[in-house]
Amino acid sequence: MKKHLGNISVVFFALISGIIFGLGLILAGMANPAKVLNFLDLTGLWDPSLALVMGGAIGIGLIAFTFAKKRHTSFLGLKMQLPTSRIIDKRLVLGGLVFGIGWGLSGICPAPAFVLLGTGSIKGIIFVISMLVGMEIFEIIESYRKAD
Amino acid sequence: MLIDWNNFTPWTALAGGALIGIASALFVLFNGRIAGICGIVGGLFRPQAHDIYWRVAFVAGLIVAPLIWQLFSPLPTIEIDASYSLLAITGLTVGISTRYGSGCTSGHGVCGISRLSPRSFIATLAFMFAGFLTVYVTRHILGA
Repeated sequence: MKKHLGNISVVFFALISGIIFGLGLILAGMANPAKVLNFLDLTGLWDPSLALVMGGAIGIGLIAFTFAKKRHTSFLGLKMQLPTSRIIDKRLVLGGLVFGIGWGLSGICPAPAFVLLGTGSIKGIIFVISMLVGMEIFEIIESYRKAD
Repeated sequence: MLIDWNNFTPWTALAGGALIGIASALFVLFNGRIAGICGIVGGLFRPQAHDIYWRVAFVAGLIVAPLIWQLFSPLPTIEIDASYSLLAITGLTVGISTRYGSGCTSGHGVCGISRLSPRSFIATLAFMFAGFLTVYVTRHILGA
């Protein structure tokens, strides 16, 4: 029974986090790809807003993660699953660079993509479906790599 | 550098960012995990049974956020200039590359920097640099 209730709370906090995250993206202007591109346009008429979005998020995040790093379990009694890898390799850098190109061409990154989907935007739906296909392609490539 | 003062929205940007930070804080403190969207979604492709529900719930939260917003006020302007074909190509690119690089703007940019991860600093530098460069090329060299 306890385990069952635990699962419900895990799902509940995931849902609440997702909703707050999405509302934050909308309020911040991150859900508007045109605004994102105006932030990335350093040499044009630059809109610095998104630097403050990162600032606001990291300001709160620093406190939360400093606290979280000292704990072994979450408030719901789950194991803290923070990444431990410190390896800076080709995958990390190349993945980041290619993602940046896709982001710079569309103005959309994964979280706002789902918010756009929720607004019913056809363009948002196209982006999300393509992104999910891309993730499946990654899984297929990875399974071949691991099989080698 | 010319600042677009007419479209600069410092207060909503900070407040929206704070909400994103609060969401990431709740998620790590209660669920013990990084609120990295591509990691959460990516985990659904080869899922473990107990993993599915919370992953779907987080994504569902993102999707219903604009509907909840609309209960209280109209959505702010959303403008997507990219064509359907460009969106299909960039969507594919973003899907593969964020999984390959183990993170995106949320996982590396927000959570990773917040936990002072050297990997996430490098990844964030890489995608910010590529993003700035891409917009420079498309807007100021190709003049698209």
